[in-house]
Amino acid sequence: MGAETTVAAVLRVEAAEKSYGPRKALKGVSLAVGRGEFVALLGPNGAGKSTLFQLLTGLFNADRGRVEVCGCDIRRDAITALAGIGVVFQQATLDLDLSVEANLRFHARLHGMAGRDATARIAEALAQLGLAERAGDKVRELSGGNRRKVELARALLHRPRVLLMDEATVGLDPASRRQLLDQVLALREDGVGVLWATHLVDEAEAADRVIVLHQGKILAEGTPAALVAQAGTGTLAEAFLAMTGGAEAVVRGSD
Amino acid sequence: MRLSHALLALQAVTSREVAKFVRQGGRFASALVRPMLWLVVFAAGFQNVFGISIIPPYETYIPYQVYIVPGLLGMVLLFNGMQSSLAMVYDREMGVMRLLLTAPLPRWYLLFAKLLAGTLLSVLQAYAFLGIAALFGVELPWSGWLYALPALVLAGMMLGALGLLMSVHIRQLENFAGTMNFVIFPMFFISPALYPLWKLEESGAAVVHFLAQVNPFTYAVEAIRFALYGQISFEALGVVVGCLVAFFLLAAWGYDPQRGMLKRTGKPG
Repeated sequence: MGAETTVAAVLRVEAAEKSYGPRKALKGVSLAVGRGEFVALLGPNGAGKSTLFQLLTGLFNADRGRVEVCGCDIRRDAITALAGIGVVFQQATLDLDLSVEANLRFHARLHGMAGRDATARIAEALAQLGLAERAGDKVRELSGGNRRKVELARALLHRPRVLLMDEATVGLDPASRRQLLDQVLALREDGVGVLWATHLVDEAEAADRVIVLHQGKILAEGTPAALVAQAGTGTLAEAFLAMTGGAEAVVRGSD
Repeated sequence: MRLSHALLALQAVTSREVAKFVRQGGRFASALVRPMLWLVVFAAGFQNVFGISIIPPYETYIPYQVYIVPGLLGMVLLFNGMQSSLAMVYDREMGVMRLLLTAPLPRWYLLFAKLLAGTLLSVLQAYAFLGIAALFGVELPWSGWLYALPALVLAGMMLGALGLLMSVHIRQLENFAGTMNFVIFPMFFISPALYPLWKLEESGAAVVHFLAQVNPFTYAVEAIRFALYGQISFEALGVVVGCLVAFFLLAAWGYDPQRGMLKRTGKPG
């Protein structure tokens, strides 16, 4: 199964199971994300990505198995675990009527940051994503791509060890999608581990490692090249189609 | 949980609620117009129909307008408490709730911060209504404005906690209006808000009288009524505090990731 991360995993999931009533959404999922590693979680709609993210963000606990952030069990010590996680949710969660700066300040306070320290971090995060001049603008006035960037800046504000991106490019045009992906890929240099969930194969091609999730189970895991070799196909897209049966998969960004 | 962190989070949640409230000017207006109609229109027409005899805390005969002020203050708190739960359901549908729940703080504390923020708005609206009542010449002791504060805060928190508890169980925004009709109106009407409960007893409406006695809103209204005259009804305050604790614990339990009453049907993804 390729390059399994064992040392310095910032995120680790062990045999996680989760059911909603009679429906098993996750059937024993194990994965790890290392320091400075970009892992793409690739799966068609309904694969269990959202359920997995609900467990990773502590919204629910797994029925069985465990979730660890920097060695800290999210069930036992959710607060420490959550402090190490930054999340960009699939749904937009910005207050449209507040300014970019006010949205970030709200988040800073929730994470216990205030005063000059918070101001400096907000400025830094916005500058990093090229949004410094938009700080005073209402979020409503921003394009979809820029709103996502603000959410990325927010997720990074408290300097998390792990960044969770839950289908963060949904609804963005190809250029914005690419830009967001590149910005997240660049975070590897700071040692941030990234778990990038998507159903778009092209977004997984730049990943250090790809995990294919299908019907609540991990089908395959490895570098994009290893997956292509394993499936005996020419491209990652074809490999993905072959593994997941093809019917539900979206090969190219059709959003 | 560091105290400074806890206070910052409370500040964040409160300023967001206040900012939202200020934006929705209509909400403030309707929160005041509703009880004002009762005070001005309903009470004017009914003051000769409902004779109020002297019952504690009153020491003399009082106009009907004076009698219904505590009930209308309760109504302001009740509506705002339910409004906060509507906001919780809305935030959950919009995903904003997840942002709050991923903050590195105990979940009960985040809910408590929400409750305090909602109560702040409730109490401010209650005082605005007291001001309106004074403008319309309803005579209440001025010291009552001060004495009523603890009762208003506790009653506001109790009704806010009820809203929080309801938000656990209301899955979708669409179900909200129906739920309101089954909560707000019975709670308001089956209480001493509009007439003292002995009237129910006298007219032989035993079932309604019983329901009024198990209605937490009854005690919210009575706690406020006594407080306005500088008196403490230990029975009323006790029930209010007891219900507050019970509702809040149940709500916190409902939002616990372990219990997962919050559990949605699990959207595919």
